[in-house]
Amino acid sequence: MAVFLTKDSKVLVQGMTGAEGARHTARMLAAGTEVVAGVTPGKGGQAVDFADRRLPVFGTVAEAAERTGADVSVVFVPPRFTRSAVEEAIDAGIGLCVVITEGVPVHDTIRFLARARAAGTTRVIGPNCPGLISPGQASAGIIPADITTAGRIGLVSKSGTLTYQLMYELRDVGFSTAVGIGGDPVIGTTHIDALEAFQADPGTDAIVMIGEIGGDAEERAAAYIEERVTKPVVAYVAGFTAPEGKTMGHAGAIVSGSAGTAQAKKEALEKVGVRVGKTPSETARLMRELLGARS
Amino acid sequence: MDLYEYQAKQLFARHGVPVPPGRVAATPEEARSAATELAGPTVIKAQVKTGGRGKAGGVRPAPGPASAHTEAAKVLGMDIKGHTAETVLVERATVAFEEYYAAYLVDRANKTFLAMVSSEGGMDIEEVAATRPEALAMMPVDPARGVDAETAGLLAARAGLPAEVHAAVADVLVRLWRVMAEEDALLVEVNPLACTQDGRVLALDGKVTLDDNAAFRHDRDAFADAPAGGSAGLEARAASRGLNYVKLDGEVGVIGNGAGLVMSTLDVVAYAGESAGGARPANFLDIGGGASAQVMADALEIVLSDPDVRAVLVNVFGGITACDAVANGIVSALEMLGDRGLRHPIVVRLDGNNAEAGLAVLDAARHPLVRVVPTMDAAAELAARLAAA
Repeated sequence: MAVFLTKDSKVLVQGMTGAEGARHTARMLAAGTEVVAGVTPGKGGQAVDFADRRLPVFGTVAEAAERTGADVSVVFVPPRFTRSAVEEAIDAGIGLCVVITEGVPVHDTIRFLARARAAGTTRVIGPNCPGLISPGQASAGIIPADITTAGRIGLVSKSGTLTYQLMYELRDVGFSTAVGIGGDPVIGTTHIDALEAFQADPGTDAIVMIGEIGGDAEERAAAYIEERVTKPVVAYVAGFTAPEGKTMGHAGAIVSGSAGTAQAKKEALEKVGVRVGKTPSETARLMRELLGARS
Repeated sequence: MDLYEYQAKQLFARHGVPVPPGRVAATPEEARSAATELAGPTVIKAQVKTGGRGKAGGVRPAPGPASAHTEAAKVLGMDIKGHTAETVLVERATVAFEEYYAAYLVDRANKTFLAMVSSEGGMDIEEVAATRPEALAMMPVDPARGVDAETAGLLAARAGLPAEVHAAVADVLVRLWRVMAEEDALLVEVNPLACTQDGRVLALDGKVTLDDNAAFRHDRDAFADAPAGGSAGLEARAASRGLNYVKLDGEVGVIGNGAGLVMSTLDVVAYAGESAGGARPANFLDIGGGASAQVMADALEIVLSDPDVRAVLVNVFGGITACDAVANGIVSALEMLGDRGLRHPIVVRLDGNNAEAGLAVLDAARHPLVRVVPTMDAAAELAARLAAA
């Protein structure tokens, strides 16, 4: 089992005719994903060749969904077109829309998330995220498939490379699903949404949660864990040395005044019984200890 | 991008939000002539992108041109929480009969915009929220509908403003929303929003943060900062090469791929430093995905331009990025920088995609300054130790 994305998912790639879209479509196919079509406005009727198959390109998401039965869309279009691309996926009733694009204006994100909320039929992951992978089943985004294996740990993270680092450190244990939710200040799927899904997933035994400075998503996740999560959770928080007022790479990663510090997040998580690693390797070790103690 | 008060007020004026007349001055002489033009009592206000300038003495009344000169001389060059006042705003003094507060901001938790209006202006709004919550109206803003006259009137009423100013305040709130929406702002804050004896409502201060991601659909050249010296210069140089660099105060230069991993690397270096002579990270530098030789050369060049740096740690996890490409990047970067007095050790940790090939490249190059270490923790320890030595 897995969350949000399984071997049965049928994936569309919005922007498949672009360089990034094509490159990552090839990788998604190699990871076993059932990619069924691409969507590029104005290029309907074309096709793109990959190693062992030719994928059709449709001009609209609605047409692609109708013709292929796709239920997942991965968005690689440039920032200025992202809002309309995501809204198209929402309007077509696509169940999961994964927005990889970095640099989407926050006003656009807020607008398309409001639309998704009103429609009530689309989960949005991202923007500015690496996507998600259920190893051995499917990948929707840019997370490398060959650095880990299928298993029973669920992972949720704001950061792409930290996701890879932890997936790699725990590659022998393996993952049900790893979800990169993105580093923007406003994102569709949150830590809490992923925790809820992992808690409900019979294929997930334990959860790794990776956070970073900025906002209070980790604190809210801690409150949620205390109330609703019975599966063991290990966490890591990046940015202890980050100074106040400086944005550290991710638009959302900024310490403002006393709010959003790594220390505050660590304390909030530890208060509800979550073990927090000081480093990625210690976090992996804590997870091993937890799993060892259970078996 | 944070704007200076005078820039925020330019945007306010563009959208019809009333502001006092004012001029920017970079010298006491300019302040004197600005005060002469404005005729009448003025206020000299330090232009810094930080709060607390009033307490620091950065806001001073100047009854006429002569005192504008004197007071501007005191404020210009003033250091306020690490920000130097390079310019002052010379503004016609306004007597506020009452002071309110108004702001629009991004509410991350609820994934929408939030409007905040209070009858208690001129003070710290967090304190108002804590001590007099009834004086603070907070309402989510529907992004599709925005703030229309009806919503604005409701906000003014809920904030407990006197009925006779509702219409004037509501009008300003609608216009401030246009600043937020049409300029792609992440924050628009007016504190205080003043009401004068004769019932006029105007923004006495202004704080605006613009969304850099939306720069492609705006003309913001007027707001670009002049190039600064020191670490700000290094940051600007990095930005001009598309590198995300933040100067910190330690000795271990850090280069990595991905914001989260680089932040994490800074932490691991700081921990290692605790038991290795107190070395600390000197910077944050994210080379992003698919680092070419040129990107790596630029990154190394920027980091090594920091005179405080005594060792460099390159920490790359190859996800999509192939480690052999990174290794080739490091080798050619060292060749490119070879004749530039390179002398600090460079500790490299490569893991993930094509790591073995990458390590083989570094091994074959046998560069005397490069030390390859297998794990992130061990690499950080070595870099911290070398920097402290």
